[in-house]
Amino acid sequence: MLTAVLFISGIFLFPMWQITLGAPQYPEPIGMSIWIDKIADMNPNDLKNINLMNHYIGMQEIPEHIKEFDFFPYIVQIMIAFGFVIAFIGRPKLYLVWFGTMCVLGVLGMYDFWLWEYNYGHDLSDMAAIKFTDEFGEPIAYQPPLIGRKVILNFVATSLPSTGAYLLFTGMFLSVVAFYKSTKEKAWKSI
Amino acid sequence: MKLVKLSLSLFIATLMVSCGGNTTGQSGALKSNVAEKVYVAPGEHDEFYAFISGGFSGQLAVYGLPSGRLFKVIPVFSQDPEKAYGYNEETKPMLNTSHGFVPWGDAHHPDISQTNGVIDGRWCFINENNTPRIAKIDLTTFETTEIIEIPNSAGNHSSSFVTENSEYVVAGTRFSVPYPQQDIPIKDYKGNFKGALSFISIDQEHGNMDLAFQIMMPGFNYDLAHPGRGKSHGWFFFSTYNTEESNTLMEVNASQNDKDFIAAINWKKAEEYIKAGQYTLAPTNYAHNVYDESTHMATSTMKKEVKILDPALPGLVYFLPTPKSPHGCDVDPSGEYIVGNGKLSANLTVHSFTKMLTAIENKDFDGEAYGIPILNYDNIVAGIVKQPGLGPLHTEFDGKGNAYTSFFISSEVVKWKLGTWEVLDRKPTYYSVGHIMIPGGNSAKPFGKYALAMNKITKDRYLATGPEVTQSAQLFDISGDKMELLLDFPTIGEPHYAAGCPASLIEPNSRKIYKLEENEHPYATKTERDAKVVRDGNIVHIYMTMIRSHFAPDNIEGVKVGDKVYFHVTNLEQDYDVPHGVSMIGANTSELLIMPGQTETFLWEPKQIGVWPFYCTDFCSALHQEMQGYIRVSPKDSKLELSWSLDDE
Repeated sequence: MLTAVLFISGIFLFPMWQITLGAPQYPEPIGMSIWIDKIADMNPNDLKNINLMNHYIGMQEIPEHIKEFDFFPYIVQIMIAFGFVIAFIGRPKLYLVWFGTMCVLGVLGMYDFWLWEYNYGHDLSDMAAIKFTDEFGEPIAYQPPLIGRKVILNFVATSLPSTGAYLLFTGMFLSVVAFYKSTKEKAWKSI
Repeated sequence: MKLVKLSLSLFIATLMVSCGGNTTGQSGALKSNVAEKVYVAPGEHDEFYAFISGGFSGQLAVYGLPSGRLFKVIPVFSQDPEKAYGYNEETKPMLNTSHGFVPWGDAHHPDISQTNGVIDGRWCFINENNTPRIAKIDLTTFETTEIIEIPNSAGNHSSSFVTENSEYVVAGTRFSVPYPQQDIPIKDYKGNFKGALSFISIDQEHGNMDLAFQIMMPGFNYDLAHPGRGKSHGWFFFSTYNTEESNTLMEVNASQNDKDFIAAINWKKAEEYIKAGQYTLAPTNYAHNVYDESTHMATSTMKKEVKILDPALPGLVYFLPTPKSPHGCDVDPSGEYIVGNGKLSANLTVHSFTKMLTAIENKDFDGEAYGIPILNYDNIVAGIVKQPGLGPLHTEFDGKGNAYTSFFISSEVVKWKLGTWEVLDRKPTYYSVGHIMIPGGNSAKPFGKYALAMNKITKDRYLATGPEVTQSAQLFDISGDKMELLLDFPTIGEPHYAAGCPASLIEPNSRKIYKLEENEHPYATKTERDAKVVRDGNIVHIYMTMIRSHFAPDNIEGVKVGDKVYFHVTNLEQDYDVPHGVSMIGANTSELLIMPGQTETFLWEPKQIGVWPFYCTDFCSALHQEMQGYIRVSPKDSKLELSWSLDDE
């Protein structure tokens, strides 16, 4: 359980998520890395260049900081502290509670991410130089995919978890393992 | 009997027909094999960079081998309006000389820097033959970053060759001139005209050049040079012609002597003499121009003195007799053999460095010229390649013990073996080959896969283009026993020499952008908020930025007729291959072509009232057509204040 906690603290050291944009004129894709506390370049100057590409179609500039980043780190820190405590007092049932809470938080996080992506893709400037419409004359949106690949205009956008998220998943998995291991031990002891 | 004769002739006839059929089948297969060797598929990169001199174009062209594709023409000694080289305020100082601003040059012999005798792809040096100069091109940005003028010289031909650790790059005057320059009759040439050989030191870290010393040699013509390497490191060899010291109808009068010289200069000894103070500090005047990559500006400084050594100083210079008006002076990779390509001789003479040292030790001299010992010819010759061809000019080496010599008159390249002096192969060139280049072929470690022959006469090789036709280059595969012609491609200007380098040594270091935070140009504008227009009397400075797809500011008012308006434009992009250009109607100069993170300046002097547009000249984005601006020019006595805006802010 202790190792599980250690693993999820990796989310402070590595980006959680990465959205890359590839295109014929970008043989080396540009992208953004989403960390627990900021949005940053995947490679130097990527955010600046993504914003430059997108301003023609009226998309907002990608902010480095959104209000979620104010409390996301705290939530993770609380869960880490919670994890430490239950690891020490050694109550396996609480491991499951911890795991369950992490799942709920994860789903909430993804939903929030989806909302942000929706807003980013739909809130377009009126003064945009290029406005694309679908066959019904409705303006099309440029929402990046939640997870996976999606073709947006001349770009192929790929949205995938990154190292930080994988560490988080491993940590969560380990908490379940810890629970099972402890039940086995109990079974032994009861013999 | 008749029947026998008939059947015999029929049999022979069938043989000939079937044999003919076979050979056409064979050449078809051979042709596609050769095409494969030079085909670089779309998206793939060439194996080698070839830096080919532009000769009278004054520039240095960058080609890929084996495809023969032209990637870039780097402006060096001539103005280039496409890149604003010699037109924008920042690069004009590069073309400054002791004769003032010279807009053109004659670029001959590129040479790549070496470390331990192996080419290292850091810098490329090239000489200027008309106004004696040496330029240095930085191979991370592929731009000319330094030009140093050579005093006391005229016709800088035996240049610019580097020593095996890039300690020095040399210059040598082809046309001897009075030293010091004075008003004397031309026929008083003999004894009064001198030829300066110059050693320019190269700083090992930054590549900065400095004229270390000159040796004031007798008034011969100094044609070409190559450094010693390995065992002969520390020596430099210069070929001479016109040891007759004639000054007119030289095609006849400079070709009379049966032998001219290769001058062997012991530059390590020269360094000792300099250290010991045994030189003359002579007054002179020459320009040293340096381009700073962080300020993006060039400065020109006039230098006023030079250290001069007397060639008769003991142990400094020796003459090696060489038939006959030798042109190329080429040293093999081991440093032992010095090839004197006597262009008016029927044979190739090869001197031995070891024998030369022995002759010096034994004082085996055959007289002297102007106090310089002449070594005994018979005792320094290693071997003679007999009857190889007509008009030998240059020799390069493949690192496998073979030498390749170009023959101008018989229009061929001849392969021969070092040590045995036997001719192994000869192939025609189309036509009249001058120089030949093997990547690394003048270093201790040649990359002996390709040889490039550069020719002076093209005639019918390509589609006709009127009286003036391009010059050509032929690429040979020299990996096998026999040379194989692979490709024939046109070149810019006149290719003299070339320098080839494996792409792996240069490409990884090629810069993609200039970092905006490293830009130290005094008129740089790093954000759009800082864009402004400032008046200083009748001089107006516009601090402008460019980014996809607009200028800031793009509306300027308050400029007057008679003003000197400087556009200082900064490209704010930080993305690879997003340059912007800018030009102004009525400006008496070229456009600017500015790379990401760079700042450049041009001058516009408005002469007419009205509203005048400027625009981006390099297609940069989907809305490139919209990337423009306007400047309002009011009469000279107008009281209108300067104002500037973007989107009316």
